[in-house]
Amino acid sequence: MIQAMTAMFSYSFMVRALIVGVLVSVSAALLGVSLVLKRYSMIGDGLSHVGFGALSIAAVTGMAELAVAIPVVVIAAVLLLRISENAHIKGDGAIALISTGSLALGVMVISTTTGVNTDIMNYLFGSILAMSGPDAALSLVLSAAVLILFLLFYNRMFAVTFDEGFARATGSPAGSYNTLLACLTAVIIVLGMRMMGALLISSLIIFPPLTAMRLCKTFKGTVICSGMLSAVCFIIGMFISFFFSTPTGASVVAVNIAAFAVFSLIAHIKTLK
Amino acid sequence: MSLLTCENAALAYDGRVVISGLDFSVEQGDLLCVTGENGAGKSTLIKGLLGLIKPKSGHIYTGDGLMHKEIGYLPQQNKFHHDFPASVEEVVLSGCLNSIGHRPFYKKAEKQRAADNMVRLGISSIAKQCYGQLSGGQQRRVLLARALCATHRLLLLDEPASGLDPIATAELYRIISHLNRNDGITVIMVSHDIPAAVSMAKHMLHLGNGAIFYGTPEEYKATSSGSAFLGGGA
Repeated sequence: MIQAMTAMFSYSFMVRALIVGVLVSVSAALLGVSLVLKRYSMIGDGLSHVGFGALSIAAVTGMAELAVAIPVVVIAAVLLLRISENAHIKGDGAIALISTGSLALGVMVISTTTGVNTDIMNYLFGSILAMSGPDAALSLVLSAAVLILFLLFYNRMFAVTFDEGFARATGSPAGSYNTLLACLTAVIIVLGMRMMGALLISSLIIFPPLTAMRLCKTFKGTVICSGMLSAVCFIIGMFISFFFSTPTGASVVAVNIAAFAVFSLIAHIKTLK
Repeated sequence: MSLLTCENAALAYDGRVVISGLDFSVEQGDLLCVTGENGAGKSTLIKGLLGLIKPKSGHIYTGDGLMHKEIGYLPQQNKFHHDFPASVEEVVLSGCLNSIGHRPFYKKAEKQRAADNMVRLGISSIAKQCYGQLSGGQQRRVLLARALCATHRLLLLDEPASGLDPIATAELYRIISHLNRNDGITVIMVSHDIPAAVSMAKHMLHLGNGAIFYGTPEEYKATSSGSAFLGGGA
């Protein structure tokens, strides 16, 4: 076991992937608590598809992936937020429209120019090798920045998540905090999707908070539990992926499913007592 | 100058104008009770005064240097889902958000303010409990404690007594009167309890069927003794 672990960490890209992955997982789980409670989970899913479209175009045109995808997804995040806040437009329909549209566009762009199917597979389901690129350092800095910003805005995030009307009425710029939440989510999704895959990245946002909420009754408890759970699930998922040669993204999600099942079971037993 | 002024304002709910011709102002230290039938637009008025909805016509503006950061607010409904993970303590403390300026975290002073308001409303013993699993009356007190944390000059209460038993209601009215008289907090309160409103208020605003009464409780009593509320006042 120890030997196998040493073997795993002898690859420098594995170490990088582990560090960036843990940071991204923790950030996604923290942001996820607010997103899930505000019923914005679908925005996360929509953004990952927009990210897929943007990454495809960047790959085909030979531009730097992050430099293209991050601004595009941030703009999409602000747009999706406006749509879901506006009660006159059918919010979920509009989000589905944008996300499936971007997915289709991305597939078209990739297949017509390169015709290489492994690229599509890597973007859709993720690849651990994504972290061997030159922008691993950038990913590290950005995910750390998201984490720090979330912690600095923690009290404000709670206020707009719990009761936006009250926050607004008593003089807090709730709209700006919502925009910040959407932008941080956009950055984390782009950083995480290359490893987790466009189809699986939103699970990092949704699973840990929902799992934590099975047992936690305070916001602080939920945030802490969600973050720790996400880190543990990611690390276990990566070990599974390494030892059984399964895709990283899918392995991490599988561990998250198991954690959710365990927490639900404990919560159920608690109510029986 | 007045804290809040309505100038011939009309407010809409769901696109339909429910109140029009609002013409009154609230002075520093006032205690204004808003009464009226269900659907007369009382909550809409509160939202208009808070700036959460814009008037369809006319103007609502704040004066005397009143800032939104100095307003406390108790919403009417609890729209929060019952499994929202938040403790009573966290909810009450979030009322202090408008006093922390650009600081990221709460200081001792804010935590003390939250603790004091929990004592004042008798909810210290449930501080660690989950907000969503409390009874309606307890939730009401938690939100009221949060509103008190946010209040520096003006307090808007939308049916503060709903879901409270008679003893808790009497205690609540005592707290509100005390805040108004001793701390100089201006209060605007929506209430169905007209006898209590008449005894506490310095001014009354009655909304109903397009007719609006604004005046002192004495003037209000005179109109209510007549069979219908026929506008006029002020």
